[in-house]
Amino acid sequence: MLEIKNLHAELEDGGKQILKGVNLTVPAGQVHAIMGPNGSGKSTLSYVLSGRDGYEVTEGEATLDGQALLDMEPEERAAAGLFLAFQYPVEIPGVGNLTFLRTAVNAQRKARGEEELTAAEFLKVVREKAKSLNIDAEMLKRPVNVGFSGGEKKRNEILQMAMLEPRMCILDETDSGLDVDAMRLVAEGVNALRSPDRAFLVITHYQRLLDHIKPDVVHIMFDGRIIKTGGPELALEVEQNGYGELLAEVQ
Amino acid sequence: MSTTTLASAKPETAPQEPLALRLAALDLPVGGFTRAARADALTRLQAMGLPKGRDEYWRYTNPAAFNQPQPNALPVDESVLDSPLFTSIDRLRLVFVDGRFDAAASDELKGEGLEIASLATADAQADHWAAGVYGKLETAGQTPVARPFAALNTLAATDGVLIRVTGKVSRPVHLVYRRSDPLADVHLHHVLKLEAGSELTLLETGMVGARSNAVIEADLAKGAQLHHIAAKRAGYQKVGISQIFARVDAEALFKSFNLQVNGTLMRNESVLEIVGDDAVAHIAAAVLGDGRVGPFHQDDTVFITHAAERCESRQVYKKVLKSGARGVFQGKILVKPGAQKTDGYQISQALLLDDDSEFLAKPELEIYADDVKCSHGSTTGALDETALFYLRSRGVPKERATVLLVLSFLAAALEEVDDLRLRDEISERLDEWLTSRASELDPSGNGASAKA
Repeated sequence: MLEIKNLHAELEDGGKQILKGVNLTVPAGQVHAIMGPNGSGKSTLSYVLSGRDGYEVTEGEATLDGQALLDMEPEERAAAGLFLAFQYPVEIPGVGNLTFLRTAVNAQRKARGEEELTAAEFLKVVREKAKSLNIDAEMLKRPVNVGFSGGEKKRNEILQMAMLEPRMCILDETDSGLDVDAMRLVAEGVNALRSPDRAFLVITHYQRLLDHIKPDVVHIMFDGRIIKTGGPELALEVEQNGYGELLAEVQ
Repeated sequence: MSTTTLASAKPETAPQEPLALRLAALDLPVGGFTRAARADALTRLQAMGLPKGRDEYWRYTNPAAFNQPQPNALPVDESVLDSPLFTSIDRLRLVFVDGRFDAAASDELKGEGLEIASLATADAQADHWAAGVYGKLETAGQTPVARPFAALNTLAATDGVLIRVTGKVSRPVHLVYRRSDPLADVHLHHVLKLEAGSELTLLETGMVGARSNAVIEADLAKGAQLHHIAAKRAGYQKVGISQIFARVDAEALFKSFNLQVNGTLMRNESVLEIVGDDAVAHIAAAVLGDGRVGPFHQDDTVFITHAAERCESRQVYKKVLKSGARGVFQGKILVKPGAQKTDGYQISQALLLDDDSEFLAKPELEIYADDVKCSHGSTTGALDETALFYLRSRGVPKERATVLLVLSFLAAALEEVDDLRLRDEISERLDEWLTSRASELDPSGNGASAKA
């Protein structure tokens, strides 16, 4: 589903190279985790894939279901089925959460040539999905993420994901800032979306999220490259021994 | 009403002086019940003279277009209909054409709890309740800052509306402005007198004149509530100054919101004096200026005086500027001795959609009481790239995302409109307006970086 080949990227401002040849394949139906120390390029990878300004791809390619992602605008990537759950979801005062969600859902449907949802149809679906994430009506009415707790913001990200039904979901440190209960709730939301047609790339520092969202494959990223790939046991290994030993082994 | 030129009867001003030329170009009404106020205004105006660019309160706004004797012609576009704003709600409509009340086009001047007349009609009489307000609040508002155009207005006003409110009036009074004369130089003067416990909503839409000078004097007695919402249209070449003078007594609520889109030179002066305990005064504006078609310069100058205890004032100014547009904000809170427990808040913010636009802010606090809470903030910034990316990453196209973020920026000002019907209407109109121009709003390049 997601194919990344020899991806090199640098900061537009200053030209510092961050991604130095990432190779990664995530087939449909699988959950892949990327772990790695700070500064290894994990978040940059998620930004480059979703089309954030400020990065320049110097080499390599990335495709989603065979479509070249890197030439598309961020909204086109979203319509093609890519979703990024932000590490720090953005607050947007004055724009209601529901308005925002409906605008996003219908913009994607329109881009794909599908019929837009009416207000009634949309409300029915959103209420159902919000309920399973413990998001109440009041939270839906509030401005996007304004005054939300850390847990509420992350649940709101998962709600967006549930509404937009992407093919490929990237979760950027979704566990950061969450207590155990909030993390479980978020993980349950993610697990409910697992399906044979959908794939996940879970970026995290810690093993603990992976106790709740069980990965099929674990990659270790360091200095802009995937340096090791293995099964779930690789995450446990990192948790116990840290990255030091792994890095020494690879270098 | 007879009109003669008072200006010709003032030997102390040499004819070549700017003020003399300015006055000579006007047909100054002698006035009935306003006669004394007009004569007094002339004396005061002659003492202060027209503003000069070096005057402290005119440093950021060039008064030349207000000072020149004749307005520049502003073509009348017959295809432009009345603003669609507020048309869906039940309201009392008063139509002014080139600043003259048009009774035939207006609703009947009556309503429960309302005493209402046009200034021109009322001024044929020697006595009127409005004599207790006309020019009085304006005069009080001349200290400590001189406001020559407000005095000029009191002197030269040809029409306006006089409203006395005695009850809770649920039906808003809507002043609809229209133009027919491309050279109309309009002086409109409205007087609002809200008796104790009364309530009024005043709406203003349309374009007053080629050049306009408008004054509202609002006297709020104990517990009165005034909600004022102005969405006056300004063409790209429009020149206008409007001044609001409010006196807010105990437990009264004064709220004013102004939506301003386009205009070559627009200046709004708001002078609010809170004189009774536990009163609330809020003033807000949402401003959108695009200098692409013509120059845009918009100036909000606010002076709020706290002269009583436990009062709250709030100023919320939001300006979206692009293509060389210039926004000015001069806001002052004065807390007089003894005005304890004052809660004063002021925020002025500009969203610059490119590198060519400019926002000049001068927040001032002057506090002579020791138990008060006053805060102010001013920011200038570009569209938030992270927020833009967030919206786009959810599939919202860039143009729509930009419109949503501009609306988001303006939201805090719109929230000062309490009536949700009115607020939603304004919001929808703004959305439409922005959407129709979305491709032009696109912040090409990286926009302006944040300034202090």
